[in-house]
Amino acid sequence: MIEFKDVHKAFDNKQVLRGINLTVQEGELMSILGPSGGGKSVTLKHIIGILKPDRGEIWVDGQLVPKLSRSELQELRKRFGVLFQSAALFDSMSVKENVAFTLRMHTKMTEKEIDYRVAECLEQVELAGVEKLDPDELSGGMRKRVGLARAIAMKPDYILYDEPTTGLDPKTAIIIGELIARLQKNLKITSVVVTHDVKLACGISDRIALFHEGKVAAVGAPEEISKGDGEMIRKFMEGQL
Amino acid sequence: MKQVILLFGRTGLNFFVHFYRVCAYLGAAVGQLRYLHFYRRQIIEQMYRLGIGSIPLVMALSLFTGLATAIQTAYQIAAYIPKYIVGSIVFQSEMLELAPTLMALVLAGRVGAVIASEIGTMKVSEQIDALDSMGVDPIGYLVMPRLITGVTMFPIIIIFAVVVAVTGGFYVATTMMGVTAADFVRGMKEAFRFKDVWVGLIKATIYGAIITLLGSYMGMETEQGAKGVGVAATATVVSSSSFILIMDYVITRTLLKFY
Repeated sequence: MIEFKDVHKAFDNKQVLRGINLTVQEGELMSILGPSGGGKSVTLKHIIGILKPDRGEIWVDGQLVPKLSRSELQELRKRFGVLFQSAALFDSMSVKENVAFTLRMHTKMTEKEIDYRVAECLEQVELAGVEKLDPDELSGGMRKRVGLARAIAMKPDYILYDEPTTGLDPKTAIIIGELIARLQKNLKITSVVVTHDVKLACGISDRIALFHEGKVAAVGAPEEISKGDGEMIRKFMEGQL
Repeated sequence: MKQVILLFGRTGLNFFVHFYRVCAYLGAAVGQLRYLHFYRRQIIEQMYRLGIGSIPLVMALSLFTGLATAIQTAYQIAAYIPKYIVGSIVFQSEMLELAPTLMALVLAGRVGAVIASEIGTMKVSEQIDALDSMGVDPIGYLVMPRLITGVTMFPIIIIFAVVVAVTGGFYVATTMMGVTAADFVRGMKEAFRFKDVWVGLIKATIYGAIITLLGSYMGMETEQGAKGVGVAATATVVSSSSFILIMDYVITRTLLKFY
């Protein structure tokens, strides 16, 4: 379980988070929806301790993240898979080396076992057989999928998605959305998806948290958020948020 | 006047802030030495790419420094000083000064800029955040292997540079400047002191640390996309060249003072 308690964060006098209170339950897929620059990605980076809050607490399975030592953080991060906005593939490595990266760094698996696991992960993201390609030979959608294969390689308890459909054409965005939903169902993990793609958030999430001016404006199931009074989501879609 | 004072004050303050941060990176990289076995693949890869990969360039350039030194020495001593001195001066100049310092300036461009732009590109494309998120320490994975490469491979590169430069000097002195092979070798033998070799190698080690550490620091601190990567690479070359020349004086004065 991930829990934010009154989290504040500012960069150079610009207040980005203004008291975030949010709980992500075990096994659920929570989408954080909001306009660009609204602190969504900053929130995500707090979960794994890449950023520290100015005030407030972030708890992951009973561990207070900002208070963890460097080595405790490293251990915690091994339980997370992260898909970055740009996929953040290591461009000096092939697809196989990218997916195998954490396996080589954190496990004592043999080369044969690593090969098997890499093939399995690539199959799960429907990219079987691309092991030998370099990242610059991949399309935007393929890069995201390889990033996703790398994120699930260590069989994490949590996956964090930072704008998984940004920069993709609508068709590829739908494919990525379906993939996230399928992985969630098959792997039974806890996922947090940061996005400004309303269609994606409504299509795959168990619950949506709507961010507005550095605060959580509304939390609920997609149908509650979009159909209830629907005011917030309407404002967001009309660019008023 | 007030603005000039403010400018100097700001520049001085910036220098100390950066110096403090570089020291912090050095401390963090040294702290990662306990995971040496964990990063052995990266260390070997960097030694091959940045170390062995630099040897051909350094050998080619040091050949010309040897040729020029021999010709200039033979020209300067003219008829007043015995010709075997050419061998002494070529060897000592190369070992103590030209090979380590000039080649370090070349390596600041070749190795320092590469390190800064590689790490800088990783920084702006979230690859360093990705490393962090995967439980891999970026200092251990990126900085420490490059620092080790600097302090271990640069002295080896300099040995190659001295051998090539002295050979070049020997060739030009004996074929063009009227120095006999026996005189050149005699001059080298008379001038040879182990302390000179150590001083040259200590310089190379310190320059290696400066270049790789500053390159890594500038890369890790890169901001503002492609423009920032260019700025980091340029800043690495300028700052490491400056530090190399300052340290050249400091080391020379410290180690040769009691000669």
